[in-house]
Amino acid sequence: MNYFKQDLASLHADLVAKKLSAKELTQATFDNIKATDPKIDAFLALNEDAALDQAAKVDAAGIKEDQPLAGIPVAIKDNIVTKDLTTTAASKILTNFNPIYDATVTTKLADAQMITVGKTNMDEFAMGGSTETSAFKQTKNAWDQTKVPGGSSGGSAAAVASGQVVAALGTDTGGSIRQPAAFNGVVGMKPTYGRVSRWGLIAFGSSLDQIGPLTRGVKDNATILSTIAGHDEHDLTSSTQAVPDFAKDLNDATSVKGLRIGLPKEFLAEGVDEDVKNAILAAADTYRKLGATVDEVSLPHNKYGVAAYYIIASSEASSNLQRFDGIRYGYRAQDVKNLEDVYVKSRSEGFGDEVKRRIMLGTFSLSAGFYDAYFLKAAKVRTVIINDFKAVLKDHDFIMGPVAPTPAFDLGAEIKDPITMYMNDILTIPVNLAGLPGLSLPAGFSNNLPVGMQLIGRPFDESTLYKAGYAFEQSTDFHLQVPTLGGQN
Amino acid sequence: MANRINRDQVQHVASLAKLEFTDAQLDAFTPQLDDIIGLFETLSEVDTDGVEATNNVSDQLNVMREDVADNWGQSQALLKNAPDAARGFIKVPAIIDESEDN
Repeated sequence: MNYFKQDLASLHADLVAKKLSAKELTQATFDNIKATDPKIDAFLALNEDAALDQAAKVDAAGIKEDQPLAGIPVAIKDNIVTKDLTTTAASKILTNFNPIYDATVTTKLADAQMITVGKTNMDEFAMGGSTETSAFKQTKNAWDQTKVPGGSSGGSAAAVASGQVVAALGTDTGGSIRQPAAFNGVVGMKPTYGRVSRWGLIAFGSSLDQIGPLTRGVKDNATILSTIAGHDEHDLTSSTQAVPDFAKDLNDATSVKGLRIGLPKEFLAEGVDEDVKNAILAAADTYRKLGATVDEVSLPHNKYGVAAYYIIASSEASSNLQRFDGIRYGYRAQDVKNLEDVYVKSRSEGFGDEVKRRIMLGTFSLSAGFYDAYFLKAAKVRTVIINDFKAVLKDHDFIMGPVAPTPAFDLGAEIKDPITMYMNDILTIPVNLAGLPGLSLPAGFSNNLPVGMQLIGRPFDESTLYKAGYAFEQSTDFHLQVPTLGGQN
Repeated sequence: MANRINRDQVQHVASLAKLEFTDAQLDAFTPQLDDIIGLFETLSEVDTDGVEATNNVSDQLNVMREDVADNWGQSQALLKNAPDAARGFIKVPAIIDESEDN
């Protein structure tokens, strides 16, 4: 089976009514993944035996009406640790790494009795925007297998878009949930910084990283976020703010009536594809028809986000990735004479080029003589960017715009040109710098490729984004369109 | 090329980062890093006089907890991921360079 006509609620109803067992559902999911993954290459590892065992246990215990996720398969991005299930962050340096504990998010999904079916491909250590820096395989876009799936959560986005799973977890440091969601025509949420625990997330940029859900619809996304969010004593950046039941109030397409929406002129500026621009302008009209007002606003320092981000994220990465030293776990180079050799050769052989580039940029930006001019300057520009958002969100309920300047590009087209690849993140990066929630959802098509819209909210106000996303979904049919995978559907 | 970073500096940064590059890799990396640092330098256009740096956007400050041992006694499980282990310890090559021994 695929999930093109199913959502969490309909699967749950079938499971409660015993039209379907969790084990049948899980087996059907693996059958479908095996049939479609040769085309998509979304998965790095499958968890078949353990998943089927767990599904049988869920069936034996019985699925009750107040267990909305029980027995439903989910896929996990491979930089989130899963106990006894190989976790590589798509890096050679973590080949065969088997975590001895579960991330908080996977523990929470397991507590809700979701079934982890496998680990999804990604850019190595989440560094990239096309999933092409993975050391292991190239994931393809669900809509056109000559196009990139976006990244870094390209495997999770393609798995949901191609009907392999109904939900997946991704991570977003500079757009890595929202951009692949947009490229594959699915819904992706980058929650507020602190909303979701990162305990068990292989760290990239610690002041930026968040875990969030990818799903086909807004309501499913809201259900998963409520399940994984909340304070965790293992991650002291996780917030103690109460977690609403985000899905509960999603039943009214008119809930955006009276809301004020800001549309930054910089988000439709030069470099943004004409079809993308038109999709966003049409979406603005949809919101106006639903009773919201849409004003042109300005985020004047938006264009500096990419430079500030690549200094800050690379600096944090160069520090976080020091732990990969060939000693305690992961890859160790063989031809070594002394301990220094273990470090240098293991890292040089274990990391791919993009990861090395980031480590080098970060080490440079933090090094003696350059710290003030680069790292400190970027941290100050970050404050300026945050203040731009604060000014707009003071009198607007949320901001709307595109997710990425273009739809999915050709495989191989940008991987050799780092700056072009980095500039793809120009509309998503500022949201991470400011720690705000950002929702990506389908808003149109350009030459049969999905176009995504991004909604950006106030801190911890994911509720408004989900309401606005749901209202848009009820007024459009973009989210109902599905890709054709060689006659699978 | 604007030469914001040269080959020797790239070598120096690599040694700080415990990375090594072949000559061909240095030839490819040096101009790439130079271009990216050029992008970084556009930040000088932003007036940040009197602006505080932001290093953290968390709403949690100075979170304290009791220092209690938790989830311990897993050394055998941990060692399974070590590239080399013996008698309950992680094994590493000699710290002293053997080529220096006479």
